[in-house]
Amino acid sequence: MSSNSSATLVQLQDVRFAYGERVILRGIDLDIPRGKVVAIMGGSGCGKTTLLRLIGGQLRASGGTVNVAGQDLSRLSTRELYALRRRMGMLFQFGALFTDMSVFDNVAFPLREHTDLQPELIRDLVLMKLNAVGLRGAATLKPAELSGGMARRVALARAIALDPMLIMYDEPFAGLDPISLGVIGQLIRRLNDALGASTIMVTHDILESLQIVDYVYFISEGRIVAHGTPDEIRASTDPFVQQFIHAEADGPVPFHYPAEPLAHSLLGRGAA
Amino acid sequence: MNGLLALVRRLGRGVTDAVWRLGFAARFFGLLLLYSGQSLLRVHLTIREVYFSGVLSLLIIVVSGLFVGMVLGLQGYETLQRFGSGDALGVLVALSLTRELGPVVAALLFASRAGSAVTAEIGLMKATEQLKAMDMMAVNPIARVVAPRFWGGVISMPLLAALFSAMGVFGGWLIGVVLIGVDEGAFWSQMQAAVDFRFDVVNGVIKSVVFGAAVSLIAVFEGYDCTPTAEGVSRAITRTVVSSALAILALDFVLTSFMFRGQS
Repeated sequence: MSSNSSATLVQLQDVRFAYGERVILRGIDLDIPRGKVVAIMGGSGCGKTTLLRLIGGQLRASGGTVNVAGQDLSRLSTRELYALRRRMGMLFQFGALFTDMSVFDNVAFPLREHTDLQPELIRDLVLMKLNAVGLRGAATLKPAELSGGMARRVALARAIALDPMLIMYDEPFAGLDPISLGVIGQLIRRLNDALGASTIMVTHDILESLQIVDYVYFISEGRIVAHGTPDEIRASTDPFVQQFIHAEADGPVPFHYPAEPLAHSLLGRGAA
Repeated sequence: MNGLLALVRRLGRGVTDAVWRLGFAARFFGLLLLYSGQSLLRVHLTIREVYFSGVLSLLIIVVSGLFVGMVLGLQGYETLQRFGSGDALGVLVALSLTRELGPVVAALLFASRAGSAVTAEIGLMKATEQLKAMDMMAVNPIARVVAPRFWGGVISMPLLAALFSAMGVFGGWLIGVVLIGVDEGAFWSQMQAAVDFRFDVVNGVIKSVVFGAAVSLIAVFEGYDCTPTAEGVSRAITRTVVSSALAILALDFVLTSFMFRGQS
């Protein structure tokens, strides 16, 4: 699959990322083994999506190294980065389908852009990819005619069009009904194993994720606070993990945004 | 004292922001030209944009051209006949259209019809992460989305301006000859004698190409640079129309002062 034969496909070492003064991620050490499905979990706005962007090379780390398939992303030229991205598939939170194209053309897009295949062959490939996500019958529809779950599946078919070595999902479960949620979860696992790919999934949906993933990293306030296999996570006594699994409103992650005591605010002695 | 300091600080920030944005726009234009080669090779992409920007603007251009020509016919005859030269109506209509009104008014209409649409489309693609998705698929959005739209505008603009002028001349003929009764022979022959191809027509075409490039660049840049929210896109569209109009009128003055310095 790659010239690099090590068991680790993606490796982050002491990665730091900041927008100006605002530090988003710090001290991130993380390994994604080949063939595994790894979830990165944490509350909204904890830097999960930023982490995905770093691995995809859309953002450059302010410190530390990001290695994908043995290549240090910070040293790649745009051309080399694009060559690497052809072997990555990414599913955006709401699919990010091209709204001016049909479902078929959306899935055919990467094939047409990157290969010289005959139209008949592209047609067969696209129908096979759509069949894998159960939407061969929707090939002629426009993205506006799809439900949220269907759009996500079309985007998934598009992400795997070039048989990637790494598939990344940004909140694949956000806003889905329970049935679609189960369908997407099963697809993530099945496609990973069928394609021999590796998967990184950024999510805050813990129950669905623990059923399908091999390893979990928890991120809070820009740091990795816990990690382990699903069984280790379930057995964990770490207060943050406990709060997350049991969906408790208050705990290490406070319910209240930092503020002065309520009495101060109400009595008008504070700023707000 | 504090108020003054805040004012100076705001002024400073405004200036650095503006310079930064100008630099970003210049870099964007550089990249656009750099990637134009590979996008022009796939000619169907640009043809599609010529259809969306050019063909779909035909109606507004044709109708406006006709009305502008008809107004020119009425106003022109009104003035000319005071000096007993009503026959020169054809010259007046044709020269004002080819030199000024054709390129300028067509470009203003083009900016509000096609420029705003391009900004909206690119802005919404950005807001719905389509540009990011494309970038992640190793397809450069500037080469695939921006460059074809830019060149589509540059190609459409002179054609639309020419059509505008032609419709205007027809409108002037309709009013002058058919309605008022100016001598048809004089109308056409004086026009033919007075309008110079190199001096009047070509200069008009040069103007419209420059306007087309300016409007298209503003439209694609505003879309690409917009804040990816509903409000951001709507602001970007407004900016496209306003900056395009100002750019067209300012460039028109500069070009006119180079082209027509009163020698003729």
